[in-house]
Amino acid sequence: MDGDDRLLDDRNPGVRPEESVANVLSYTAGLGLAILLTIASFVVSQTNLLWAPGIPVGLIVLAFAQIGVHLVFFLHMGSGPDNTNNILALAFGLLIVFLVITGSCWIMANLNANMMPMSAAMPR
Amino acid sequence: MLGRLSWAAIPLNEPIPLLTAAVVVIVILAVLGIITIKGWWPYLWREWLTSVDHKRIGVMYFVLALIMLLRGFADAIMMRSQQAVAVGGAQGYLPPDHYDQIFSAHGTIMIFFVAMPFVVGLMNFVVPLQLGVRDVAFPVLNSVSFWLTASAVLLVNASLVIGNFARAGWMGYPPLSELAFSPDVGVDYYLWSLQISGIGTLLAGINLVTTILKLRTPGMIYFRMPVFCWTALSSNMLIVAAFPILTATFAMLLLDRYVDMHFFTNTAGGSAMMYVNLFWAWGHPEVYILILPAFGVFSEVIATFSGRALFGYRSMVLATLGICVLSFMVWLHHFFTMGAGADVNAFFGIMSMIIAVPTGVKVFNWLFTLFQGRVVFSTPLLWSLGFMVTFVIGGMTGVLLAVPPVDFVLHNSVFLVAHFHNVIIGGVVFGAMAGYNYWFPKAFGFTLDERLGKASFWCWLAGFYLAFMPLYVLGLMGMTRRLQHISDPSWQPLLLVAELGAVLIFFGILCQIAQLYVSIRTRDSRRDLTGDPWNGRTLEWATSSPPPAYNFAVMPKVETIDAFWEMKRRGLTAVEPTYETIEMPRNSPTGFVTAFFAVVTGFALIWHIWWMVLLGLLAAAVTMLVFGWSENREREIPANEIARMERARLGLGRPA
Amino acid sequence: MTVATIDVVPTELARGRGGGGPAPTRIVVAYGFWIFLLSDFIMFSGLFAAYAVLSDQTAGGPTGRELFNLRNVFIETACLLLSSYTCGLQALSAEQRQQGRFYVFAVFTFVLGAAFLVIEISEFAGMVSKGAGPSRSAFLSAFFTLVGMHGAHVTSGLVWLTYMVAQVVVKGLRPHVLRRLLCFSLFWHALDIIWIGVLTLVYLIGAR
Repeated sequence: MDGDDRLLDDRNPGVRPEESVANVLSYTAGLGLAILLTIASFVVSQTNLLWAPGIPVGLIVLAFAQIGVHLVFFLHMGSGPDNTNNILALAFGLLIVFLVITGSCWIMANLNANMMPMSAAMPR
Repeated sequence: MLGRLSWAAIPLNEPIPLLTAAVVVIVILAVLGIITIKGWWPYLWREWLTSVDHKRIGVMYFVLALIMLLRGFADAIMMRSQQAVAVGGAQGYLPPDHYDQIFSAHGTIMIFFVAMPFVVGLMNFVVPLQLGVRDVAFPVLNSVSFWLTASAVLLVNASLVIGNFARAGWMGYPPLSELAFSPDVGVDYYLWSLQISGIGTLLAGINLVTTILKLRTPGMIYFRMPVFCWTALSSNMLIVAAFPILTATFAMLLLDRYVDMHFFTNTAGGSAMMYVNLFWAWGHPEVYILILPAFGVFSEVIATFSGRALFGYRSMVLATLGICVLSFMVWLHHFFTMGAGADVNAFFGIMSMIIAVPTGVKVFNWLFTLFQGRVVFSTPLLWSLGFMVTFVIGGMTGVLLAVPPVDFVLHNSVFLVAHFHNVIIGGVVFGAMAGYNYWFPKAFGFTLDERLGKASFWCWLAGFYLAFMPLYVLGLMGMTRRLQHISDPSWQPLLLVAELGAVLIFFGILCQIAQLYVSIRTRDSRRDLTGDPWNGRTLEWATSSPPPAYNFAVMPKVETIDAFWEMKRRGLTAVEPTYETIEMPRNSPTGFVTAFFAVVTGFALIWHIWWMVLLGLLAAAVTMLVFGWSENREREIPANEIARMERARLGLGRPA
Repeated sequence: MTVATIDVVPTELARGRGGGGPAPTRIVVAYGFWIFLLSDFIMFSGLFAAYAVLSDQTAGGPTGRELFNLRNVFIETACLLLSSYTCGLQALSAEQRQQGRFYVFAVFTFVLGAAFLVIEISEFAGMVSKGAGPSRSAFLSAFFTLVGMHGAHVTSGLVWLTYMVAQVVVKGLRPHVLRRLLCFSLFWHALDIIWIGVLTLVYLIGAR
């Protein structure tokens, strides 16, 4: 009964059988964009294109863009109501990833600064 | 050949562990012997060990939890007794080395092998029934999850007999848990057992999230789901989000111990504080994983035994989801004293106070539900009332601890111990007992004895207060946690009161064992013939007790919240529905076999028996490949078979 | 694509997300696997957090800047990205029941994934032989674990792909085989997403 009533179903993440041509274009466009963004990342990190203190931020922005390209063009994440569950799950997951990484960095940096041992001034 | 395993691993020169180990081994052999003699193995294998039915798996989780409650409680009463007598010049009966293993085992077992299986078992049993569907999304995976948890239980208990358990507390903080300071197998038993059960729990989380979001009976939109399903959804979302952090953290500690890495060591740049940070990033959501399903149980019980709908359904749902998100923003309050600055401490302190607000909303909703209802003081409702008082006290001490300057005085004192036992016993254990008494008739077809149920409640309630209120006072007087010897004799009177409390709880447990025994013996007089012994509101009460394997012959069409109450209000139709063939999953040995190899591999890893590790991993991989190749995983129950079973249930004598 | 029609389907009738009853098996399986992948992202985030915190704890040993070879990293990235592309085409061929093209793209995906692994393993071996193994410092422990865990996932993916190709050969492109192929392609794309994180945080920022 998988084939019937497709309009009534949620969309699974990933490829769907009936949209083949659209999908080849989607993958190819995604590949092209991803290649551009990858090259951009390498260029940004290895040259003076960006103001030096801003390079990490620029790289992170480019990384988010690449991830977005993957999600939209390879995983076919859309914005319709049939995709809501997938997007909500992703949003929750990304929130937790963000909290764990930034929370840990903030906490550990704060701890290290406040708990600096006397010997830290000496080389290890 | 056998790694670092040798005959010295058996505690021949330590009387208490030896005696305990001997008793455990004898009991296990006796049980296995009885099963063999009575020829129960085929029945057990067919109906329980290879079952993929969520109802059976739920019952097995719960039984596992009850058995481990006995072990965890034995540890508790040993600690209470030691602290009650080892004052001043007296040394007590437990040397420090042994005492340290006991408090480590107590915490590990109670959190991972009692509380978690209690809530996962209840959710497993109840959620598909409440959603009006036939099983969870991935039944075989469900079985794998249970059996992995059972393997972890086996490994932890094996440490009683072969080797020793960790001495680093249930949290396993480095550097104490690193190889330099815990060179023996104890921490390895701890880490591998929890990694194995962690995988099981994560899979169960994925299973239940998918079930709740994708498998509901027609008409059941999100805001018509029972509140228990909402709390189950939030709890399982937290499982999926939090357990991977624990997996990563334990993996890093294992890498430190096994291949000389330096994540948390004292040398080469490791940071032990990083472990504490990551551990509690899991640890705080974990306590909400435990409490949210308990909140769901109370919502169901209070509504049913007040005879009216739960007050404030929407605010309950929003409060639950709010708690779910906020639980990831408070974890630093477990280590205020580790040295963060005032800004970080203040942020997490304020967030910890904010998270108390949605719980307050829930308490008021429960009170308002009771307020205008016709309250029946059954055993489950007594547990719920006990919860409301006890949990609120525990929550208030939690808000007190959330103030960083206060925490600087009280961190790691027995005030903290009293607080978390207050909320876990008052919340999770009372919730499990309420759920047990409430859903037992649904699972087994007969009710539990009410008198012994109430007796057990009062023993637990009085015992809890006697055991833990003195600890609040002692904490304020300066007593630290985990003390094997008490140097200040003025603490002894309060410790004796605490010991009395533990004894009372013991009587509560005895009442529960008696309750089960008596109920089984008199079961014919307390059969639940209607499937609805409490005049319930949700769909699980629309099935027989116990339900058939397929739960619902025809999936009910739902139009309101409290669907079954609405169906009763409108009068159940007398027209027989058209039965169709139902596809149900077949039993599968995959879970049991995977677990067997998990035990072998875990044991081999702990004792450094590398060839056994390889074989175990290979066998587990082969099991996965064999299962992955299998077809024919479903069996059909033909329509006339369904018709026959339903007619027998409904007492209709019409021919097929 | 009849997007407009989907927008007006009432919640009461939508299967899975609404009141239309249980979702079809394909949706259920794919969603469950998606949730598993999100949990895997969170597991990696624990390792990323550890790496971020420990990245300057070199204990007097070699730093990222000294060790990382960005040319190799670029080739690895290209291999993985192209393998994601061929994986997408492989999935399309499977859905269209074109078994021959499926095999071609599956082989490409495998070869590109294996190439990634070969480069990564040789990078690790080189570092170990220079005395920059995982026991040298906390930074190196974190590096080897994070990047190695990703590599272990890629390895499992290749084993899984081989197993799936075997299933297609023996059983053909039946619904349950297609569901598993769908899960595989979700997994493979997710691994590329994690690699973007590794590339950016470990190599590009770390090599500066």
